[in-house]
Amino acid sequence: MQDRGRLGMALVAPALAAVLVLFVYPLGYSLVTAFEAKGGGFTLGNFAKAFEFYSVDIGFTLVIIGLSTLLIALASIAIGGYLVLGENPRAVALLRWLYRWPLFIPFVVAAQCMRSFLAKNGLMNNTFVALGLLEVDQTTGFLDWRGIVITFVWKQTPFVALLVAGAMASLDRSTIEAARNLGASRQRILFEILVPQVMPTLVVGLILSFVTMMSVLSVPLMISGESPTMMTVDMAFRINNYGDYGTANALGFISYLLTASCAWVYLRRAVRQ
Amino acid sequence: MTAWATRGVILGLLAFIVLGPLANLVLWAAAEQWYFPHKLPVSYGTKFWEQVFKPRGDALVSLMTSIWIALSTVATCLALAIPAGYALARLKLPWRTAILLAFLLPQAFPSVAVYINVARIFYDLKLNGTMIGVILVHTVHGLVFAVWITAAAFAAVDRDLELAARNLGGSALRTFFTVSLPLAAPGIMASAIFVFLESLDEFTGTFFVGVPDIITLPLLMFTASIAGNYQIAAITALVLLVPSVVFMLVIERFLKADVLSKIGA
Repeated sequence: MQDRGRLGMALVAPALAAVLVLFVYPLGYSLVTAFEAKGGGFTLGNFAKAFEFYSVDIGFTLVIIGLSTLLIALASIAIGGYLVLGENPRAVALLRWLYRWPLFIPFVVAAQCMRSFLAKNGLMNNTFVALGLLEVDQTTGFLDWRGIVITFVWKQTPFVALLVAGAMASLDRSTIEAARNLGASRQRILFEILVPQVMPTLVVGLILSFVTMMSVLSVPLMISGESPTMMTVDMAFRINNYGDYGTANALGFISYLLTASCAWVYLRRAVRQ
Repeated sequence: MTAWATRGVILGLLAFIVLGPLANLVLWAAAEQWYFPHKLPVSYGTKFWEQVFKPRGDALVSLMTSIWIALSTVATCLALAIPAGYALARLKLPWRTAILLAFLLPQAFPSVAVYINVARIFYDLKLNGTMIGVILVHTVHGLVFAVWITAAAFAAVDRDLELAARNLGGSALRTFFTVSLPLAAPGIMASAIFVFLESLDEFTGTFFVGVPDIITLPLLMFTASIAGNYQIAAITALVLLVPSVVFMLVIERFLKADVLSKIGA
């Protein structure tokens, strides 16, 4: 048995080593550099500088991702709920076909789509003008922090909705039928029966997409490179324009903390249950 | 408003939101001229397609670079993941859950800060701006799909078939290559597709580690878009979309429910 254990470790070792050398080591490097002064030695100066220059963007990152997560949650619940409770089979089939489109679209491509769609003279405003909803001189572009939120929601909702719809579909139908027979409205069934039961799936999906949104560089770069924007853009800017690893890594450290606190909230919930 | 009218309006609005941005991309790819105040392209044509696909043009070079990197990433990932996946599925491992989670790490942290430091370390090793550097970065990112799906594929193989082969006198190695590996092949194929797409679409790591010499398709698209060449950007984006759409259509053939249910378990 001991031999088999050793064989197992030997087979896993190369893959583990790759993660250690190419991910854990640079991660540690970034943590150390965040607290290191230019000439060496411990400092909090990098964080002072990060907050001095980028506190607005740190705030905007939180607002953008928080708002996106909230909208993704609402849209996923609505989509999942309609797929399970919808009474018109044709509408359900149409929704099922429609909502998945952005799922496998790369972020760079999503950003390019939105870059043209949300522009002042993009297809969105053109359609509104053509429908008579807006005058030509009333149009505004959405290529700022709002555009980032729209792109994130567009790209990430299918993923979370897929998980949520799957979880809702596998629930026991009898409670739903019982509630329906007692005259409960569909909204009530959705929020009082379905949503509480799929909460764990919903939260996992939201956390995964939270981390993804914290990591994406192309979307904020392409939708809104100017301040106020996201921390990822600032990190790239510090590196490419100043070679300033200290401040960039301090910003990185803050982004780890934001992600970790989000994961911690989830773990605490999971442990309590 | 009657129920069907409400439904129609909501579904129409949703279709506009979901498909509108894609329609805009397709329009740009087909447009030869499009300027304000025209709501639709002024003229359509293939001028930009010829420019993108001209022999030895930037786009074709980038496409080849991207495909080479993606194929090499798949090969590296599978070479690491097949032994690891088999061990995780079949052998007794201490800290099994921790090992599984270790492969998730690269997806669990905001990656920009990590890539900045990978680039810094690679710079000293002269790996910056090389294919190998980019392949290594893509490999670590794709490893979670490779290991988790491969492990699930091996776990879904009927253990009795392996035992039968051993009883008939086959060695452990021979049993692996003639029974376990072929039976797990569809699942391994699915993991290869995931890794391939992940590498093909990867932007952030290549942005930091590949500069200035390695220009993959996503980076070419980004550069064209920032420079305002919307036709070139749209055409390149469509090229990137093709594998994603094909994948969506065929994945269920490779990733069966029995394997899916064992992922991460």
